Amino acid sequence: MQPIFLLLIFSYCFGALMALLFGASALGRVLAGTGAAVGAGAGILLGAGVIVSGAPFQWSAPGLLPTAGGLALGLDALGGFFLALIGVGALPAAIYGVGYSAAYAPGSVSLRQLGVMFNLFLLTMSLVTFADNVLTFLLMWEGMSLTSYFLVVSEPGQPGTVRAGVWYAAMTHAGLALLLAAFVLLINGGSSAFADLRVTAGEITPGLRGAIFLLAFFGFGSKAGLIPLHVWLPRAHPAAPSHVSALMSGVMIKMGVYGLLRVGLDLLGGGPTWWGALVLAVGAASALLGILFALMENDLKRLLAYSSVENIGIVFIGVGAAMLFGAKGLPAAAGLALIAALYHALNHTAFKGLLFLGAGAVLHATHTRDMNRMGGLIRTMPRTAFFFLIGSLAIAGIPPLNGFVSEWLLFQSLLPGVGLAQPIVAALVTLAIGMLALTSGLAAAGFVKAFGITFLAIPRSPEAAPTRQSSHEAAPSMQWGMGLLVASCLLLALTPTWIVPGLARVIAGLAGVGDALPSFTLGLSLHLGDGFADVSPLLAALGLLVVLGLAPGAMALARVNRSLRVSDSWGCGRVDQTPRMEYTATSFAEPLRRVFAELYRPTKELTIDFHPESRYFVQSIEYRSEIRGWFEEILYLPVISAIQWLSRYVRLLQSGSLHGYVSYLFVVLILLLATILWSGG
Amino acid sequence: MIISYLLVLFKILLALLLAPGLVGYVRWLKARLQNRRGAPPWLPYYELSKLFGKEVVMSNNASWLFRVAPYIVFASAVAVTLLIPLIATDMPFDRVGDLLLVVYLLLLGTFFLALAGLDPGTAFGGMGASREMTVAAIAEPTIALAIFGLALGAGSTNLGRIVSATLAEPGVAISPGHLLAFVALFIVTLAETGRLPVDNPATHLELTMIHEAMVLEYSGRYLALIEWASWLKLLIFFALLANLFVPWGLAASHSPAALALGVIALVVKLAVLGAVVAIAETRVAKLRLFRVPELLSVSFVLALLAVTSSFLLK
Repeated sequence: MQPIFLLLIFSYCFGALMALLFGASALGRVLAGTGAAVGAGAGILLGAGVIVSGAPFQWSAPGLLPTAGGLALGLDALGGFFLALIGVGALPAAIYGVGYSAAYAPGSVSLRQLGVMFNLFLLTMSLVTFADNVLTFLLMWEGMSLTSYFLVVSEPGQPGTVRAGVWYAAMTHAGLALLLAAFVLLINGGSSAFADLRVTAGEITPGLRGAIFLLAFFGFGSKAGLIPLHVWLPRAHPAAPSHVSALMSGVMIKMGVYGLLRVGLDLLGGGPTWWGALVLAVGAASALLGILFALMENDLKRLLAYSSVENIGIVFIGVGAAMLFGAKGLPAAAGLALIAALYHALNHTAFKGLLFLGAGAVLHATHTRDMNRMGGLIRTMPRTAFFFLIGSLAIAGIPPLNGFVSEWLLFQSLLPGVGLAQPIVAALVTLAIGMLALTSGLAAAGFVKAFGITFLAIPRSPEAAPTRQSSHEAAPSMQWGMGLLVASCLLLALTPTWIVPGLARVIAGLAGVGDALPSFTLGLSLHLGDGFADVSPLLAALGLLVVLGLAPGAMALARVNRSLRVSDSWGCGRVDQTPRMEYTATSFAEPLRRVFAELYRPTKELTIDFHPESRYFVQSIEYRSEIRGWFEEILYLPVISAIQWLSRYVRLLQSGSLHGYVSYLFVVLILLLATILWSGG
Repeated sequence: MIISYLLVLFKILLALLLAPGLVGYVRWLKARLQNRRGAPPWLPYYELSKLFGKEVVMSNNASWLFRVAPYIVFASAVAVTLLIPLIATDMPFDRVGDLLLVVYLLLLGTFFLALAGLDPGTAFGGMGASREMTVAAIAEPTIALAIFGLALGAGSTNLGRIVSATLAEPGVAISPGHLLAFVALFIVTLAETGRLPVDNPATHLELTMIHEAMVLEYSGRYLALIEWASWLKLLIFFALLANLFVPWGLAASHSPAALALGVIALVVKLAVLGAVVAIAETRVAKLRLFRVPELLSVSFVLALLAVTSSFLLK
């Protein structure tokens, strides 16, 4: 274990150093990417090793940071799972980044900064999973937030990037403040090592435990992007370079899940029913609202970012259900729900990473993120299109791909909750099932839109048209990155019988899930013991393939007419076809926009320019409609204006006069002396 | 063992064979109810053989996806047929998947059909794709809850278990939970298979089409596959309604007499459900597209009641 751990640290540092030394040169890009890729690979090995061997890894250096217990690093199965998850997302993103960052116009992006921060981001994020005391955890957490902030603002020239950075920095630090408060309450004057906290947490009063849990939930929730703390996510993720977006959406938001599991289920050891009910309700709301807002987006990367809000919501449905069932004394269902949540987190890393990388390839080729300017890219970038199609199917929960497997597990784990004796809880679980189903249906609609409008039909603008300068297939390293993630999606889809028992080992130590896990029989079917059901994605895939193979054969035997003529579209006899006649991203989502109009509250603005002689002749009509996040305005505008109001008074301190500043120093000195005298020092 | 798998093969062939007849029968009965003479019930068979004999004309804007989609749509419907109870309680593929897999496999077909609708770039294709996905998405929660309403009684979402649980305890079939789930699933069946009042399978007025608009650019063997798959989908939903809620008549053994009875029971059940749909379709007019969500939310509430009643009345 030790050599792999050192390899992980060393290769990320190596990558950062090489980026610093060689900067924007091809050598610098390749070496920085290699460092990140090797580090990520080491992370997968180490994480999987800890899970399989069951022996936690320990490494502490108390001398390194003498205050508050120093740096303490350790990796148990839970941390190992998230370390491996980081690797699954980071390895392809690092490879992809080599080709992707080559295309930036000289001067628009500091590749040196990008390479250094990319490696440091991965290093600090990996070390979060190792943290074994509060100081290490918070230091690495903040390191992860800061480095990702610099990654978000990599392209300061782009409109909206700096603003996105400010939103991100503000939200992540608000979250950090909540976490600090939670940990201060949790430590309660004692030792800050996680091992000691597990013991002392039992002595805390229930009221205080509840407060700690709430602080931790909202603190970690702001990193995870749960609604209503998600506001930074659809701004910051699209602004970052695409391979960084893939990491932020696919990996970093999962650290919020890790944190909640670590604090809520590991350190605090679970809690009363309302904890789980709260997490379940917020998760279900995030899932449904996330996909509803994703559907309305015409910016491909913003659509993907909102869909991350949806998927993290699905993960939290599982976490909440696990906490709820744990409190209700249903350890088997709790274990299954948690397995489903972790499985979905891993799946989301694979397919969201893939989709962001695909979106990056499209952006790279067309230089636009507006889906209404795309179309027909399946012809100019066939491989990217195929990869994106696999990702779309997976994220929409279509069998036999991996999104289906985890959603199926989640549905199954919710079934026992419907029969709970407490009617309110049972009703909550029932509603969550309905919301989860609606979410998955809407996700299918959303990704028909994302794939269909982007890649199919006729190009809607010159940028997407197949000319020499514009759209082209992605660079080989980018294709490799996407191909790796396609392979992970397929692997995760077809081998649940190996992954589910592995996840059962990951959660074995957590509160409420107990040892009474459902038994898993290895074989083709994922059999979950009595009272549950069977599914075998592998056999389903085989069945589909057999029918797919037999149908053309049978048709050939039956002497079916096999001729094919390519001609004009029929379109009910239309004469000419131009891109303007096509359905666009906006029009595709129009029916859902009308169905959920209450929620979206779109603004409408209609300007009609009449002919001066007669109102019966119209010279021009201008129609604008926009969907703003109205609840963001309700929740955040008062806070922002309060801060602005306060800072106006703080500004009075900064008078610009040297005399004033000297007198501040003097006053502070007097105050300090007075405090020391007062305390009898 | 082998006989079980031979039975599955027979089941698929039977379903493929019956599906066009079922649609023809509903059309014919509807025509008779409306005092028209109507086309003979076996017209869909002619349609299939005609389409298979014709050349495919494909839009020059369409990509490879347009050519693959018909096979995937067809394969997803046939794969679902493998999983559902049709003539016998013996279901060797019950371990491959449960009701949720059935629903999501059908969604696979819908997904590709919608993409194929967008592919040629015509306005009608996009319109159909957009509407189909909207209806499919809004129908999804009802299906899930109706499934869970059924599963609560059986303790499993496996089709075999649901069937055997109802057979073991016949009273369950008329419990409020099952009746509500049946009505909810019936409404969803109308929406998912493109029947009135959600979609009009006979329409040629472009602006009201959903399913027909999506497949407008298809011709020849591709259209044949898609039509056959959509007829099979109707049969699948009918068979689910019939055999999950009223499982009597399913052959319990492999004896020829029991199997013959199973086939007869299936045909009778399909005929009854077909008659109900035909009568319903002559009584109601097509809903405006934006009234469809109201209908589906009614079915959602019914499904919600189905689930809650099964634990409240326990």
